[in-house]
Amino acid sequence: MNYLSILVALPVVGALIVGGLRSATDKLIKQIGLGTALASALVALSMALQFDPNSSSTLQFVEKYDWIPAFGVSFSLGVDGIALVLIVLAAILVPVVMLAGWNEAEGHRGSVRQYVVLTLLTYSMMIDVFAATDVFLFYVFFEAILIPMYFLIGRFGGQRATYAAVKFLLYSLVGGLLMLASLVGLWVVSREQLGAGTFDWETLTTLNIDGGVQNWLFLGFFIAFAIKAPLFPFHTWLPDAAGEATPGNATLLVGVLDKIGTFGMLRYCLPLFPLASAYFTPVVIVLSLVGIIYGALLAIGQSDLKRLIAYTSVSHFGFIALGIFAFTTQGQSGATLYMVNHGFSTAALFLVAGYLMSRRGSRFIEDFGGVAKVAPVLAGTFFLAGLSSLALPGMSSFISEFLVLQGTFTRYPVPAIIATTGIVLAALYILLMIQRTMTGEPTAEVAEKVGEITFREKIAIAPVIAIIIVTGFLPQPLLNIINPAVDRVMTAVTATDPVASEGVSK
Amino acid sequence: MHSLLIGLPLLGAAVLLLGGKRTNAWGHYFATAMSIGSFLVGVASFSEMFGLPAEERSIEWTLTEWISVGSFQVPIAFQLDQLSIAFVLLITGVGSLIHVYSIGYMEHDANRRKFFSYLNLFVSAMIVLVLANNYLLLYVGWEGVGLASYLLIGFWQHKPSAATAAKKAFVVNRVGDIGLSLAVMLMFAFFGTVTFAGVNEAADNASEQTATWIGLALLLAACGKSAQFPLQSWLLDAMEGPTPVSALIHAATMVTAGVYLIARSNEIYNIAPTAQLAVVIIGSITYLMGAVIGTAKDDIKKGLAGSTMSQIGLMILAVGLGPIGYVFAIFHLLTHGFFKAGMFLGAGSVMHGMHDDVNMRHYGALRTAMKITYATFGLGFLAIIGIPPFAGFWSKDEIIKVAFSYSPLVGVLTLVGAGVTAFYMTRMMAMTFFGTARWDDDVHPHESPKTMTIPMIILAFGSAFGGMLLLFVADIESWLEPVVGFEHAHHAPDNAILIPVTLAVVAAGAALGWIQYATRDVPRVAPADVSFLTTAARADLYGDAVNEAVFMRPGQYLTRSLVYVDNKVVDGAVNGTAGFVGLVASQLRRLQTGYARSYALMMVLGALVILATAVLVRMS
Amino acid sequence: MSANWFIILSAILFTIGAVGVLVRRNAIVVFMCVEMMLNAANLAFVTFAHTNGNFDGQVIAFFVMVVAAAEVVIGLSIIVTIFRTRRSASIDDASLLKL
Repeated sequence: MNYLSILVALPVVGALIVGGLRSATDKLIKQIGLGTALASALVALSMALQFDPNSSSTLQFVEKYDWIPAFGVSFSLGVDGIALVLIVLAAILVPVVMLAGWNEAEGHRGSVRQYVVLTLLTYSMMIDVFAATDVFLFYVFFEAILIPMYFLIGRFGGQRATYAAVKFLLYSLVGGLLMLASLVGLWVVSREQLGAGTFDWETLTTLNIDGGVQNWLFLGFFIAFAIKAPLFPFHTWLPDAAGEATPGNATLLVGVLDKIGTFGMLRYCLPLFPLASAYFTPVVIVLSLVGIIYGALLAIGQSDLKRLIAYTSVSHFGFIALGIFAFTTQGQSGATLYMVNHGFSTAALFLVAGYLMSRRGSRFIEDFGGVAKVAPVLAGTFFLAGLSSLALPGMSSFISEFLVLQGTFTRYPVPAIIATTGIVLAALYILLMIQRTMTGEPTAEVAEKVGEITFREKIAIAPVIAIIIVTGFLPQPLLNIINPAVDRVMTAVTATDPVASEGVSK
Repeated sequence: MHSLLIGLPLLGAAVLLLGGKRTNAWGHYFATAMSIGSFLVGVASFSEMFGLPAEERSIEWTLTEWISVGSFQVPIAFQLDQLSIAFVLLITGVGSLIHVYSIGYMEHDANRRKFFSYLNLFVSAMIVLVLANNYLLLYVGWEGVGLASYLLIGFWQHKPSAATAAKKAFVVNRVGDIGLSLAVMLMFAFFGTVTFAGVNEAADNASEQTATWIGLALLLAACGKSAQFPLQSWLLDAMEGPTPVSALIHAATMVTAGVYLIARSNEIYNIAPTAQLAVVIIGSITYLMGAVIGTAKDDIKKGLAGSTMSQIGLMILAVGLGPIGYVFAIFHLLTHGFFKAGMFLGAGSVMHGMHDDVNMRHYGALRTAMKITYATFGLGFLAIIGIPPFAGFWSKDEIIKVAFSYSPLVGVLTLVGAGVTAFYMTRMMAMTFFGTARWDDDVHPHESPKTMTIPMIILAFGSAFGGMLLLFVADIESWLEPVVGFEHAHHAPDNAILIPVTLAVVAAGAALGWIQYATRDVPRVAPADVSFLTTAARADLYGDAVNEAVFMRPGQYLTRSLVYVDNKVVDGAVNGTAGFVGLVASQLRRLQTGYARSYALMMVLGALVILATAVLVRMS
Repeated sequence: MSANWFIILSAILFTIGAVGVLVRRNAIVVFMCVEMMLNAANLAFVTFAHTNGNFDGQVIAFFVMVVAAAEVVIGLSIIVTIFRTRRSASIDDASLLKL
């Protein structure tokens, strides 16, 4: 079965139906959108069940169609363990976001129809990006996905939505431009070495690129991904974009879309340019560490819920990049797992914060207080989401954060120690936020406006919370899918784990 | 079967939390039953273990694979041995009593169900902590109890002070958790394993340097959880929580986790004398600090909290002494669990009768109004100051003895501490139960209901006989020896000299307290013209002031300025580039005057430049 | 007669034309100056054609004349239109191209 084509096509079909039904009511449109998302979630899950982690081939569910044969470009899809878990993440989050943000499209410049169509198109392109095995195809969707996202931020955002959307677009375009230059360079190198130029990822990983050339090509890709992820100092678009977007869009943006950056580092930067990756490792580690601490400190200083969550993500992306560039299996598996867990925990934070903000009609922390007294279940859910973000042991995020730290420590102890201080800052920014919004006596406005969580909201957030807790104790099914893919990356960069120097034989 | 130890309280917490309001009517009974059930399983396991020969007593079982990445493989596996069963019995035993007590204490609280679910959550997390067979799973329990502690300190979170105290406790504990994280990382990086068994085995051929680093990291963890200097400040604030919580979590069980951690890692410490020395120093400092703070507090719970800090300092000091100290540290931990929990419950009972007033200056002469509370608190008092044959005497005396054998200086410190302890406990006893009645007219002190007094009576029995039971019946020295090792102290002073000296010091401290607070009038308002030491002790020896000056204020300043920097510098660079391009463009725009003649002039000039270039290129 | 004289004449005519374009405001005069520049170029072309002994320059001269004729048609009509609407033949008045 052509799972990937179906996954890519389903949302497009849904978008076409929604776009074509001129007389449909908003409710019907949202139902069709949710139905499409749920259907493709089922497809994605059944694909995940069919996936064979121990397969000898790098990519599975491979599909390949000619596109521009003259330049060696093909429309080819396929997944390894890393791509698979991210596709499943997207497939679970999109219906959750649609249900949780059922009414969030209303009262904006854009219509509900546009909202649903744009969300479905974004979804389809996300799968394209994660599943593309042709570097050119990846690039095309890497850029194309900006279009629906631009409109989602700009037409459904807050007061400074236009500014945020343009900033998001420009940042991403600058990165994309650098990547395009590297892409052309890569093609030229492949033509020199293979006789005919190609963009096929698996073929490109076999090239022997000269170290100096690798450095330049690496930079083009890496800066694009560092902007996307985002790493310090390319992060300032994120708080603006996530702060202005609706909570649902912010979830998709930070939870899934930004993962393209870190996914790209693991999928493209490392295997394609192993020498350059090693060469730039110190720089990336320093940037990651700065990001971890800097993002956390800025999160502490925020007065706006959505911006706060966005800055926590800057800190978390620092961890992910650190894990990837630690060049250990623990670090990279941990980083991959971190991408998934971060998706879920940020989703929980953004969506529950969205519940709060839609009730109170404000996104500023100072406008809340005492919510726990008037809406204990809502407050409890927010608290759980916060615990997941601060990586409490027993939550899935702990596993990934610890693996990243452990994986970094075995190779780079000092950066790992510095990164570990991030756990204190994480506790601070989450608990300060909880204290300011949830505790104390409720103000008159909070008591009047903030009601208890509704049934729809509960249904939307329950799977996310359940996944966070269950994978906290049973992460191994996910790790079993991720590990072989990470081993391949490790082989591609010819890295091996450090050996315990004072260990006894097991 | 052993998994039920964790499973039952966890089930209780889950049912109460997920069941919501439906469980309001019976939730507290259910939670109490789950805790008692866990205790019964513990007793069954203990009696089973008791019948086995020493080398077969430790059992391990694996629940499931947990994390496996490359060579990093950690299962969810548990280990029940002589050390952990002692903790299990303490946690579930004292825990069950406090569940029962809370049925009465929290009767009128609207959120009683939530309170019991948190208590159950705490019990299960604490048992995970002591049953885990590896350091990473221990970490889960370690932060799990921290979470329960956070929730319970902030239980009355509509009070800002409670919410702040809860947050502070969690954050300070997280500082300690850095230590635990680093210790686990070091273990895996150097030994390739994080199980207790594996680490103990690897310790045989580990270098002293590695062991020292691991030891110091574990000490940092212990400092956080056990409120040791310099991470002690959260414990006094934690008294914002309901009193049963203070008794269970912040006196008897959770705060002793640091002692457990160090005793558990004894093989590491045995080869790292520097780390041991650090442990002894930290323990000694906290021991004296806590005692000094205890002397000046008028809040009965804070007084007890200072005492807890101090007593745990003593335990930490003892585990720092090596194989001569581990057993006695655990011994003192168990007896302390009895008498300190008993006294906290007593304090709760007093508060219950005094309209939740915690100021001892408003008490006085309560011995007639609250006879049972007076008797049980009194037994705890006798136990903690170390009057034979009560529980504290046996354990404290042994620690003083081995401290002298380690170094006379440390020995003298422990002796001084014992004297100060006797002073502040006598002060507390006298201010609460003796002297003249100082309460307001509308306060009518009365004895608490049976659900509260019965747990107090049981714990008082423990305070009275627990020491003898553990030492002579259970033979704790040979019981724990297979796990933590045991050596008789050399060069220790003879009991015939030490006991009279200790008792004399204790008597002197107690007499001083009695003269000051029972025979003289106690002013209702704390006098202001007091010595510097008293002022300092009232301010928790400026622990908070230092934190505020060194971390909080600069931290706030830092975050504020970083927000500014991020907006103006990092983002400013980007927006500035955009602005610069716009500015240049608006200047260049002026060249477009619209006058055809100026365009023509440009053309001519351009043509001249091209021509000149062409000519120059040809000439060269 | 040396070709140099023709080239010099052509250069003088061209310069007069160029200066005229730059300094005069009357659209008609500017227009005539442009024509003068074109004819100066034509003169140069024809001279070179004569010197080199082939027809290339002469052919181009014809091209230029044809283009100039077309230009005159369009250019004059624009000028007339502008004059009708503005009552002015000054090119400085037609400066609406700026922002």
